[in-house]
Amino acid sequence: MDPLKVLLVDDEKEFVTTLAERLELRGFQVLIATDGEEALRFFDTDLPQVVVLDLMMPGLSGMEVLKRMKAIDFKIPVILLTGHGATKDGIRGMQLGAFDYLMKPIDINELISKLDDAVKSVP
Amino acid sequence: MDEYCCLVDLGLINKKGIQLSYVGPYEFLGKNYSKQSWFQEVVVKGNYISDVFMGYRQFPHVAIAVLRRTEEGRYLILRATIDTSKFDNIIASMQLDQESDAFLINREGILQTPSRFYGKTLDKYPMSFPRGNYGPIVVEEVDPQNRKMLVAYAPFTKINYIMVLTKQRSALLKPWYTLRSKMLFIFAISVVTIILVVFKLTDTVVKRVKEADEKRELAYREVQHTHKLSSIGRLAAGVAHEVNNPLAIINEKAGLVKDLIEHTPKFEKKEKYLELVESVLQSVNRCKTITHRLLGFAKRMEVEFENLDLNDLIKEVLGFLEKEALYRNIDISMHMENDLPWIDSDRSQLQQVFLNILTNALAAVEDEGRITISTWGKDQETVVASIQDNGSGMSEETRRHIFEPFFTTKKEKGTGLGLSITYGIVKKLGGDIDIKTKVGEGTTFTIFLPKKQKG
Repeated sequence: MDPLKVLLVDDEKEFVTTLAERLELRGFQVLIATDGEEALRFFDTDLPQVVVLDLMMPGLSGMEVLKRMKAIDFKIPVILLTGHGATKDGIRGMQLGAFDYLMKPIDINELISKLDDAVKSVP
Repeated sequence: MDEYCCLVDLGLINKKGIQLSYVGPYEFLGKNYSKQSWFQEVVVKGNYISDVFMGYRQFPHVAIAVLRRTEEGRYLILRATIDTSKFDNIIASMQLDQESDAFLINREGILQTPSRFYGKTLDKYPMSFPRGNYGPIVVEEVDPQNRKMLVAYAPFTKINYIMVLTKQRSALLKPWYTLRSKMLFIFAISVVTIILVVFKLTDTVVKRVKEADEKRELAYREVQHTHKLSSIGRLAAGVAHEVNNPLAIINEKAGLVKDLIEHTPKFEKKEKYLELVESVLQSVNRCKTITHRLLGFAKRMEVEFENLDLNDLIKEVLGFLEKEALYRNIDISMHMENDLPWIDSDRSQLQQVFLNILTNALAAVEDEGRITISTWGKDQETVVASIQDNGSGMSEETRRHIFEPFFTTKKEKGTGLGLSITYGIVKKLGGDIDIKTKVGEGTTFTIFLPKKQKG
């Protein structure tokens, strides 16, 4: 079975690289983007199977990025990371088509189980 | 003789003092009066009125004699004896009141008619009286009964009698005294009324002012509290935002360290490193709990209302805590009103409220303690839920600060936000919370919730 290709989008470089490393240790193929524009560029070149997207980013907001991703590929599952505003933003994101949301700091095992669920949800 | 009412007898006497004719009860015909003093007086003065005397029949009499000259130059004397009860009748007709007395005395001070207070006819008049001739005078006297009397003396000019009229001074002044005491009474009543009204008014005004002060104080405190809560809310959001990202990084770094250690074959002190990194991760988790609660606290500024059954909601919340209660053998009894009206409120926030209060109750009771949950409809607008525990209770000091953010008695275990959030929510939902507590006896939280939301 091919490794699951995950795109991590977060402006906190330290966070996103470390998380990427941990996921790779667990057998995921990880793409990293530190802003929305960069993330969207992967959709032209190297389409991920699942996206983990931080909502609080400078430049393009997470919510905006989510809309654009959904516009490009309606079926792509997106898991949102919320910093503050907590559930309210999470629920709004899900209305926009996100698969689920997690609050930072995240538990790696919880993230992995959500990633699995997300991929399985795609027919 | 009867038609002459009071005449006892009547007789004619010639100038030699011989009784010429006589009508009356005695045999006086032919009797010689020439040697008697009254006869000589009437011959000189033309008339004579005697003092009262007790006659042969032992009742008071007055004798009157009048001299008349005939045309032939002779003269005759008409003598009559009068029963003095006539005088009594005249005095009686004066209609004297109870405290007054009127009678006649002669110039020697002998009572000529009976007196109400000073004796019978012919008794000695007990008080001194003015002698000589004078017009009517009034004097003040103290009588033998020691009463202050006003006494009026009116001597008759041709007769030896003095008319005496006595009246008790107090009786005389009685109308004045009555009027005065009436006025005093009215005055006193007025003064008392005025004082009462003034006191009542002052009292009311003071009470109003005090009430207003208290209300203002309360409102001020509430505003302050709300203000505190909302600034805490903003601060919380800021802190959560700023702290959460570095926290996430620490979490991932430490996680990676853990992963790496786990993926490395056994090396020196591996267990120690794992233990250390696990401790870091646990601390991160504790921080996470705090930031998430802070976020939750900040978030609770918006509400979504729905119609819900408070009983159901409490039972749901209790579901989360049943395990702990079971494990610690805590007796949870419920007295819920069966047809408790549904209320308009925010489900998730109310869940938070009851979760917080029930968690506190569980923390307060010993193992095998008791928690009683009751609900009832208070009135048309309000339903009430109370949660009573028989736990440790709190001091007055604790009770006063219990709803303040960051106030905690649980030291490291609590954030001090639970009851502050609870209070904020209940207030926002238009309700109120009341706490009754006693150290060693337990605590009762009573939550009042409106049935309908205003506006």
